[in-house]
Formats: sequence, structure tokens, C-alpha cells
Amino acid sequence: MSEQPKRPRKPVLKMVPMPEQPPEVRRRNYREVPLGYSPEQAMEEASRCLQCKNRPCVSGCPVGINIPGFIKAIADGDFRKAITVLKHDNTLPAVCGRVCPQSEQCQARCVLGKKGDPVAIGNLERFIADWERREGGMEVPELAPPTGKKVAVVGSGPAGLTVAADCVRNGHAVTVFEALHQLGGVLRYGIPEFRMPKEILDAEVGMLEKMGVEFRTDAVIGPMLSVKDLLGQFDAVYLGLGAGLPYFMGIPGENLAGVYSANEYLTRSNLMKAYLFPQYDTPIIRGRRVAVIGGGNVAMDSARTALRLGAEDVYVVYRRSRKEMPARDEEIEHAYQEGIDFHLLREPTRILGDDHGNVVGMEVIKMRLGEPDSSGRHRPIPIPGTEYAIELDVVVSALGNGANSLLTKLTPELETNRRGNIIADPETAATSIKRVYAGGDIVRGAATVILAMGDGRRAARAIHEYLTNS
Amino acid sequence: MYKIVEKDQIAPNTHLVTVEAPLVVHRARPGQFVIVMVDERSERIPYTLSGWNKEDGTITFVFNEVGRSTRKLVDCREGDSIYSVVGPLGVPLETGKVGTVVCAGGCYGIGAIVPAARAFREAGNRVISIIEARTAYLLYMEKENEDACDELIVATGDGSRGMKGFAPEAIRMLLERGEQIDEVVAMGCTFMAKTVSDATRDKQIKTIVSLSPIMVDGTGMCGCCRLDVGGETKFACVDGPFFDGHKVDWGVLSARGAAYFKQERDSIEYSYAGVRR
Ligand SMILES: Cc1cc2nc3c(=O)[nH]c(=O)nc-3n(C[C@H](O)[C@H](O)[C@H](O)COP(=O)(O)OP(=O)(O)OC[C@H]3O[C@@H](n4cnc5c(N)ncnc54)[C@H](O)[C@@H]3O)c2cc1C
Ligand code: SF4
Repeated sequence: MSEQPKRPRKPVLKMVPMPEQPPEVRRRNYREVPLGYSPEQAMEEASRCLQCKNRPCVSGCPVGINIPGFIKAIADGDFRKAITVLKHDNTLPAVCGRVCPQSEQCQARCVLGKKGDPVAIGNLERFIADWERREGGMEVPELAPPTGKKVAVVGSGPAGLTVAADCVRNGHAVTVFEALHQLGGVLRYGIPEFRMPKEILDAEVGMLEKMGVEFRTDAVIGPMLSVKDLLGQFDAVYLGLGAGLPYFMGIPGENLAGVYSANEYLTRSNLMKAYLFPQYDTPIIRGRRVAVIGGGNVAMDSARTALRLGAEDVYVVYRRSRKEMPARDEEIEHAYQEGIDFHLLREPTRILGDDHGNVVGMEVIKMRLGEPDSSGRHRPIPIPGTEYAIELDVVVSALGNGANSLLTKLTPELETNRRGNIIADPETAATSIKRVYAGGDIVRGAATVILAMGDGRRAARAIHEYLTNS
Repeated sequence: MYKIVEKDQIAPNTHLVTVEAPLVVHRARPGQFVIVMVDERSERIPYTLSGWNKEDGTITFVFNEVGRSTRKLVDCREGDSIYSVVGPLGVPLETGKVGTVVCAGGCYGIGAIVPAARAFREAGNRVISIIEARTAYLLYMEKENEDACDELIVATGDGSRGMKGFAPEAIRMLLERGEQIDEVVAMGCTFMAKTVSDATRDKQIKTIVSLSPIMVDGTGMCGCCRLDVGGETKFACVDGPFFDGHKVDWGVLSARGAAYFKQERDSIEYSYAGVRR
């Protein structure tokens, strides 16, 4: 990397486009859609950054990554330095580069975005993390000398993995307990391979193992060991349980065969590998016509999974308009390109079944947008008399997730709010039980990977402080 | 990995397996289940515990071979290890003192009802157990059942052992003989749970049935096992597996249970075509 790209005086308004698998090809395979920048492309894109003094992008990042810093290192061709800067604040950059809502966070604030395209911060983050994994060699970070203290982490999603990484670095012995047979939480069972290859997660988990973290799968805390049991064996306990309870709409027909929660649909496909049935034993109904209800990332993932399972027609049924859809822009864009049919401003009123209890269709009603509500989103209002039916074999309900009460029900001393989320101090992650900390989706309700990671980081700091002073 | 320490075909197509799972034993209670994967490619299949041993850290369950995943378990030998066992899951059966309790078991439930009967008896109830099968040679664990209750009624469809008929007939017989039944618990296939519930409906006897719809994670995360109970959606894995048999929508349960019949056949054909262990 001797030749340095020149820093142009005048801002370059166009982003270096991300190479991608063409839509007609990728819609039937599970390989990742974006192919990643080459080093040259990454350096070219990085050199667009103006290195603003006031760093607006950083204030848009929930964990305050030194964005101009790592971008400058890429532009200079110093990839080792770039990954070091990035990893200072982000433990899972290969994941975040792929799944963070950049267009609402860092990239939304990028100065270049006012006149042209913002710097492709996410693409660059992803590039440098992939470079490290593939070429740079992931280096085991230096660990503090053993403190003799023990930390139990419950749940292996991004929140739990971050706590594990930070605690082990501080010299504490860490054991992670995961209810499922594989690690990663939503990163494993929810987000599909074509959006985030599992190889990335495996590398991250492998690194944590090298750092000495002990992982215990098939370990469902609450029913198998109580929080109290853990407190007897560990000095501190972190709960990163996620938001694992699917919501349903409560309309007639939701319990027909062929109606899935997105969690089930994606778990069958991703975790259980039903897309490889019968090489893998878990089946999934491969519908010819599939409707997905919802407008978030979960809905996009489900719809695009349906396509890859061989569906001819896939509909996304969403009750507001495209502008209100909470999914990442890139995912909506990709879904459109792949031929997903969006039925916007529509709300399901009932799911229709045959005599054997199988789905055959769904009745929807047209909606219009009313006044904005307290969250600023326009409230959808049904237009009476506009119901019509669509023919279907599979319905996937992707309406979001609430707090799963498996552990909290068995731990009455643990304070929760009305919705069942654990109450934790936003700064220290402390819960109502001494030595027990919590964060991620079980505290916030369904949120994002980066927020879960940020929570984990703050909790690890508080745990370290407590363990050092006790 | 979890070692199989005992495996036995205890009746045609009915198998008993004992596995080392020391952490599951810790808190196991009557009526709870585990989710098992034989290898990395298996489905996650729930099995209700029919016993557990705190000393040697083992759990025991009984199952029928019904498809590819259960076949895989049948193909295992003593000493083999299986990939995943998680539990104990589900809300344990409430076994407080109510008076006279009938514990009915069929299929896998002949084994699974044993700890339930024992717990009811230990709580001071009079326990009448019923075990049912189509014919005598399909019965098993008769002695264990006898030891766990005050009176055991054996019922076979062809009358080859005990009374002729199934659990519902046995319950009717008990009512006719003037038995004051305070609660009935049924563990077995969906059909048995339904017919037992039908048999007690008129007399409004509290009837608790253990239901086993298809599950994936078994922790409430996927909602695959949802049922309609009294017009409300419930998850069998975390709200159950025990429900009021008079309120269950049996149509929903059997339709959802039949969702993968075709795939199950394809899967078996595939495994036959491949190399069998
Ligand atoms: C399909 C889908 C797509 C998404 N896409 C995006 C995206 O593009 N960008 C983004 O930022 N966010 C996305 N999200 C949200 C994001 O994944 C979550 O906010 C994040 O994973 C939360 O992390 P967590 O660590 O709190 O919990 P999770 O990732 O949910 O992990 C929790 C883990 O804890 C385990 N667990 C729960 N209870 C117990 C117990 N009692 N004992 C032991 N283990 C237990 C669970 O099995 C699970 O593995 C998506 C979510 C889904 C479902
Ligand atoms: S706002 Fe944009 S141009 Fe400015 S430092 Fe951040 S990434 Fe670079």
C-alpha cells in the first residue's frame, strides 16, 4: 500500500457503489448479497471523507466510534491501524458494518450527505473487519492478569458477547450460558446467511474462546439453574436474554397450519437449516405464495427467505407507507430489487383456512394515514368497505417481539416494567438484585445490535468497577 | 454431548432411553420435558420425562418412533452420545392435595405419568392410575405404575389384559362404581387427551391434559407450539404443557400437528436412500 490516493480538494459527491450479486441470481441462493469493497475501492471511498473537525458522524454512533480516525487510516492504506481504531469502541465491527441502521445513525449526519452521498461508513467498517478476518489475521488482544473473579453471562447475543469480551479482557473468568444449542442469539437464529454469513459469528466466538471464555450451550437459566444458583457460583451475573417472544396480531385464523411467527420461520431456516431439508431434518413449508406482515428488518429477512425457499410470489403487507418502514434502507431496496411485491397501506383482517386447518389466503383492508402520533409516525386508519382477499399458502407474522418471561417469572425479585422488560440502570446496567446486571433487548424491548453492544460495554465497565472494589 | 446409559425397546415401537444430563436433573419436576437433538442435523424434539435420578444425574424418557428424528434416536446404542439435551422445560404439573386423582397414561404417557402419580400420592391424595394400550403386548412399566398409585387399572382395546376399552371407558367405569373423582390428569397422544376430556365434561371434573404440539426452541421464542385454549392463544412450551382439557381447541391442535406429514415422509425416504448407520 505504498501509493497513497490523493485527497481531492473538492468533495466527491458520489459514493463508490458496493458490488453485489445481481438480483435475479441472488434471489435463489443463500450467499451474501453485497460482495464487499476491494482495497482500492475502500481507499477511494475513504478518501472522500472530509475529516470534519466537529465530527458529526461520531455523535450519530451509539457507541461513539472514532469514525474519521478509522476512515483516515483506510485512506492511508494502514489497515492494521484502522481495525485497531475501530475495535477500540466496537467489538463486533464485521456484524455492525452489515446490520447497523447507518442511514439513520452515522451516515445520516455525514456532512457530505447534504449535497451528495454520505461517506459509506458501514461499507468501510465491514471492509476493514473482513480484511482483518481474511487477511490480517485476528490477533488475540492482550488480557489483564487473572483477577480470580468469576462472571456469568446469560444469553449469547450481541449484548452477552460484548460483556464476555470486555470482562475476559479485564482478567475475569467468564462463562456464557446459552439456552439454544448454538451461540449468537439473533445473529444466529434470526439474521439470515445472505445478510450476515455465520462464518463471521463463528470467527468472533472462536476468538472469545481463545481468550478463555467458556461457553455452555443447552443451558437454560431459570428452569435449569436459577439466578440465585449462579450468584452462588459467580461474583456477578449479566442477563442478555434478548426479546424472544413473538407478537401476533390477534386476528382470526392466526393459529392455522402455515402461519408462522417470523422467529419460527427464520429459526427453522437459519438455526435449523430447513433450507437444506432433507439433508437437515427440520422441515419448513415451502409456500408458492407467501405473505409477510410487517415492515421492519425482520419482515424483510422473512420475505427474502421465502423467495430463497422457492416461493413464486412474496408479498410484504405493511399498514403504513414505505417512508414509515422501520427496516434499513438497504434491505428494503434489496427486497424491491429481488421482486418482493409490497402491499403498502394494507392491514390483515383475518387469515383464511380450508377444512383441514391449512392457510389458503388472507383478507386485508386498505388504510390511509392520519395525523402523526406521539412518536411522529402517521397513524394508519382503515378505510371501511375496502377489504379484499389474497390467495396464499404461508403467512409470516413479523410484528416484532416482546420480553420473554421464562427467566423473569422464576425470579420474582427481579424488577420488570409493565411490558415485562427488566429494569436496569441506563449507566451501570444494575438491576434490582445486587450483583445482577442486564442489557440489550430484554431491557430496551426489541432494538438494535449496536445498542445491545453498547449496553454490554457499559455493563462490563460497571461489573469491572464492582469486582475491583469488592 | 450427553451419553446414553440405557436404551431398551420396552414394547413394539416403544423405546426407553436414559441419558446423562446432570444439570437437567437438578430441578426436574413431574410433567416437565426436555428438548433433544441426536446430532447437529436433527430436529429439536420434546420428550416428557418419565424419571430422573439425582444420584447418578440421569434422565429417562419413553417415546414412540414416528419419523426421521425419532428413528435417529432408535438407531443409537447404549454408550453413544447425543448432541443436545436441554431442560427441564415447561411448567411442572401442580400436584397439590385435592382428594382423589385419576392419572391416565397412554403411549409415552404410561411412563411419563409415573412421577405425576407419585407426586400426587406424596401430597396425600388417593391416586387411581389408568394405563391404556391397544393390546396387552403394547403395555410396559406396569410395575412402576402400580407402585406409584393406590389402585391401578389396566385397559386394553381388545381386552387382552385388564378391562376392555381405553382410559375414557375406565373413567366411566370408576364413575359408575361411585368414585368421587376430584381431578383427572391425562398424558398421552392428542386423541387420548381429547377422549378423556370428553369423558369428564358432563360431570365437570377438572381435567388436565398434557399436550405435545410441534416445537422448535421450547423456550417461548418461536411460537410454533401455540394452541387455542378457551379462545386464547397459549404456547405449550412455556404456558403448558398442561391445559384444561375442556377448553382446548382440538381442531387447531391436530391441524398444526399435521403440517409436516408430507415432509416427514420425504425425510424418511431420503434417509433410507442414504447410508443407514
Ligand atoms: C430477524 C431479525 C433481524 C434483525 N435485523 C437487525 C438489523 O439489521 N440491525 C440491527 O441493528 N438489529 C437487528 N435486529 C435486532 C437485533 O438482532 C437485536 O436487537 C439484538 O440481537 C439484541 O441483542 P441481545 O444480545 O439483547 O439479544 P439476542 O440477540 O436476542 O440474544 C439473546 C440470547 O439469549 C438467549 N437466552 C434467552 N433467555 C435465556 C435463558 N433463560 N437462559 C439462557 N439463554 C437465554 C437466547 O436464546 C438468545 O440466544 C434484528 C432482529 C431480528 C429478530
Ligand atoms: S461526517 Fe462524513 S465527512 Fe465528516 S468526518 Fe464523518 S464521515 Fe467524514
